[in-house]
Amino acid sequence: MRYHPHTPEDVRAMLAACGARSVDELFRSIPEALRLRRPLDVPPAADEVSLFAEFRGLAARNQTDHPPFIGAGAYPHHVPPAVDQLVLRGEFFTAYTPYQPEVSQGTLQALFEWQTFVCLLTGLAVSNASMYDGATATAEAVLMATRLTGRNKVVVSAALHPEYRKVIATYLASTGDEVVSVPYGEDGRTDLDALAKAVDSRTAAVVLGYPNFFGVVDALPKAAAIARAAGALTVSVTAEAVSLGLLQSPGALGADVATGTLQSFGNTLNFGGPAPGFFATREANVRQMPGRIAGATADKHGRRGFVLTLSTREQHIRREKATSNICTNSGLTALAATIHLSLLGKSGLSRLARLNYARGRALRLAMQKAGFKTRFSGPTFNEAAFEVGDAEAVVERLAKRGIAAGVALGRWYPKDPRMKGALLSVATEVHTPELIELFAESVRGP
Amino acid sequence: MPNPTGWKPKVAREAGEGRGRPEAGALGATRGLVLEEPLVFEQGSPGRSGVSLPEVPPGADPATEIPAELLRAEVEGLPEMDELAVVRHFTRLSQWNWGIDSGFYPLGSCTMKYNPKSSEALARLSGFANAHPLLPASMAQGALELMWRLERALSEIGGFAATTLSPAAGAHGELAGLMMIRAYHVAHGNPRRKVLIPDTAHGTNPASAALNGYSTVELESGSDGRLHPETVARAMDEDVAAIMITNPNTLGIFESHIREIAEVVHARGGLVYGDGANFNALLGVARPGDMGFDVMQYNLHKTFATPHGGGGPGSGPVGVRETLVPFLPLPLVLSEGSGYRLVTDPAERPKSIGKLREFSGNAGMFVRAWALIRELGPEGLRRVAELAVLNANYVRAGLRGHFNLPYETDTLHEVVFDDKAQKEGGATTMDVAKRLIDHGSHPPTVYFPLVVHGALMIEPTETESKETLDQFVEAMRDIAAQAQEDPASLQAAPEKTIRARLDETRAARKPVLRWTPGMKVD
Repeated sequence: MRYHPHTPEDVRAMLAACGARSVDELFRSIPEALRLRRPLDVPPAADEVSLFAEFRGLAARNQTDHPPFIGAGAYPHHVPPAVDQLVLRGEFFTAYTPYQPEVSQGTLQALFEWQTFVCLLTGLAVSNASMYDGATATAEAVLMATRLTGRNKVVVSAALHPEYRKVIATYLASTGDEVVSVPYGEDGRTDLDALAKAVDSRTAAVVLGYPNFFGVVDALPKAAAIARAAGALTVSVTAEAVSLGLLQSPGALGADVATGTLQSFGNTLNFGGPAPGFFATREANVRQMPGRIAGATADKHGRRGFVLTLSTREQHIRREKATSNICTNSGLTALAATIHLSLLGKSGLSRLARLNYARGRALRLAMQKAGFKTRFSGPTFNEAAFEVGDAEAVVERLAKRGIAAGVALGRWYPKDPRMKGALLSVATEVHTPELIELFAESVRGP
Repeated sequence: MPNPTGWKPKVAREAGEGRGRPEAGALGATRGLVLEEPLVFEQGSPGRSGVSLPEVPPGADPATEIPAELLRAEVEGLPEMDELAVVRHFTRLSQWNWGIDSGFYPLGSCTMKYNPKSSEALARLSGFANAHPLLPASMAQGALELMWRLERALSEIGGFAATTLSPAAGAHGELAGLMMIRAYHVAHGNPRRKVLIPDTAHGTNPASAALNGYSTVELESGSDGRLHPETVARAMDEDVAAIMITNPNTLGIFESHIREIAEVVHARGGLVYGDGANFNALLGVARPGDMGFDVMQYNLHKTFATPHGGGGPGSGPVGVRETLVPFLPLPLVLSEGSGYRLVTDPAERPKSIGKLREFSGNAGMFVRAWALIRELGPEGLRRVAELAVLNANYVRAGLRGHFNLPYETDTLHEVVFDDKAQKEGGATTMDVAKRLIDHGSHPPTVYFPLVVHGALMIEPTETESKETLDQFVEAMRDIAAQAQEDPASLQAAPEKTIRARLDETRAARKPVLRWTPGMKVD
């Protein structure tokens, strides 16, 4: 076994040093009745050549020849090869949490840079070193809001990603906090009148997507004003972070917390994970923030260096009084995002965002030409919902041709009859104008 | 490169003037050509970029559709660098880091074993890397089959009825497990209020219990480092929802009374949660499901060698006994006549605790873990535990007499020493850890578990050779000798790293958590 260096001679010598006659004797503290005295029922060992053949076979049964037109929380983007080649440096990917800062300055400085990128994108003052994903980051934001306000009601837009809403519900199942859903209007934006009615003096947080699940740029400033007037926090959620290269930052529009994922930067789809969840908030909330935080300091010779800091919030110090139980986060995927953002830089991000907006617009125009209206009238970034008749049937029909058409919104909103015909699709820089034309025609007919 | 921050290093002199003698250890580190490197935000020049993108087509002005108040021209503060500058930046940062690929990394309880390169290559096959999580099932049969096979294998390896792959990390698995336990009790009429946790537990255990609305009761372990059934019986009542036990525990000691403890807890209607952080010690040798555990999380980034990535991502699947299967979170993967599909609709699983994270979990980690299981096979999996335990016991034998061993009890995959002997001369665990770096090893986990003052928790893992362990033991013995002869000299350590000891108090007192223009640290 290539990962096990022990020769029989090594084992003999090591057992002798331990004063044991056999390896089995080293396990004598496990009572015989608890021992497994048969081989595990898993397939026999495979050599590397067979392993690759087997996995290529599995991979081939995922149809990924064409870029998917599905977004809905995970976005197909081009990842420059420099990102993965740097991420694969073993000093990064085989390190763990930088508890020993002197041998972890690379990870720590990169996390400090990640935190800065998150702050610049969100327009907020502080960020942590990453979360599991966008949905759990949002659930943690809600929990932070209940701690900060001492209130127990959370108002969530129905236009927030349904999976994020489900995760919030799961996290709050044991706390007794109330979750109230606010509907969306014909424009696909959160219904502000309903929001104003739902928000009261018991409300800890208002949560909405920006852009929201329908790809619509929601009315964040007005929603934030309603929340602020009631003393509640506004949590702005962004799953397609490329949009933040074009849209005003959530912080500038009144959000107190910004969460979501930076998967769009530097990370492939990976069937949904891992991807770097992010969490940013105002400076005043930093001591209630969940997760690890990298901070700058100096070494004993006065040279700048980085450490994990404010750890008295965390589980390994505070145990049951910690702000969260999170320990391992999404470090390596955050590094990938940091590298991609560094490559993009100011002009690159601006261009990527405008290109994505243009592709989204091209998709809308092509669909319009093919006879499909957009479901909502609100402004969109690179993703939109279209009226296609029977959306499920379209998805199924295109799947047979190896095209991932989008998601049928009826499945996510079974109680809303307006959604039965709605197909949510995205176009990014990886979808060429020709591909977009072809797609719209394919949706129309065989 | 001019430094726009105004920040200047105060000390130009070379570190390493202390009286350490790391050359004495055979692993001795040397100083290579390691370069200083500012933040990305402190370099570059206006107009540079490191990407190549298609032209933005004309005639698509966002301002015609999106309200002006919701737009911004550029994100202020972003760096402007060419590709080579970015590549050098992150290459230099990587050189300031220590990973398993660099050398020995005996960080106790973290199972820092070799991360196979083939697993990385397999996870990057286009069919896995570019698969969208919401692909129709017909287009994702490969991913679903892999998940199904991994789920079956993990359930067999842990001795459980079924496993959820959703949780994103070990602590997330604990959260999931406790949510299921809570749902189980609610279904039986009363969620109960308390969770019992031994004093050797990881901090995530009480934090996960608190997130579920449970108060925690700490149980004292015995003088042999084990939890005893009488201790549990005294704390056990009808208000206890569960006990959380790590086995082997964080001292590396097998909780040999586990079956009796499980009986005590089960007799009063409680459930037994297993923290699988230390499961590496038991692979193929014993199964938690056979010992009385009702639930356990697997840490794929520990036991199944998916990379730790500088702090993540992890993956924390949770195995459960039959009685808890209805409560598993969604989605679940099923094998049906025609193929594989995900169960996502709560109507199919009305008792499910719901959704724990977006999509289906850290699927990229599933590919890597399944690759390892396939490469090891049943004999190889068992060999993992055998060699991990052999390596830890070999180190224990080598350090005996040089460091104090607070528990004489047999240990499995890791061993905990303390600094009692060194403290007499004024040297501490921190000094030992930092000097070890100069010898070319990552330090062990320090000051944990909390029941041992000045703990040094060493977990070599099965992928380390006898030669590496010999070098480590020699280095540790040398440090022990130095602590006797010249304890003050240890305070200079580490001397061969890019930075000397960092001021953590200052970092917490005056937090600087992001770059700002003109940023200074003092």
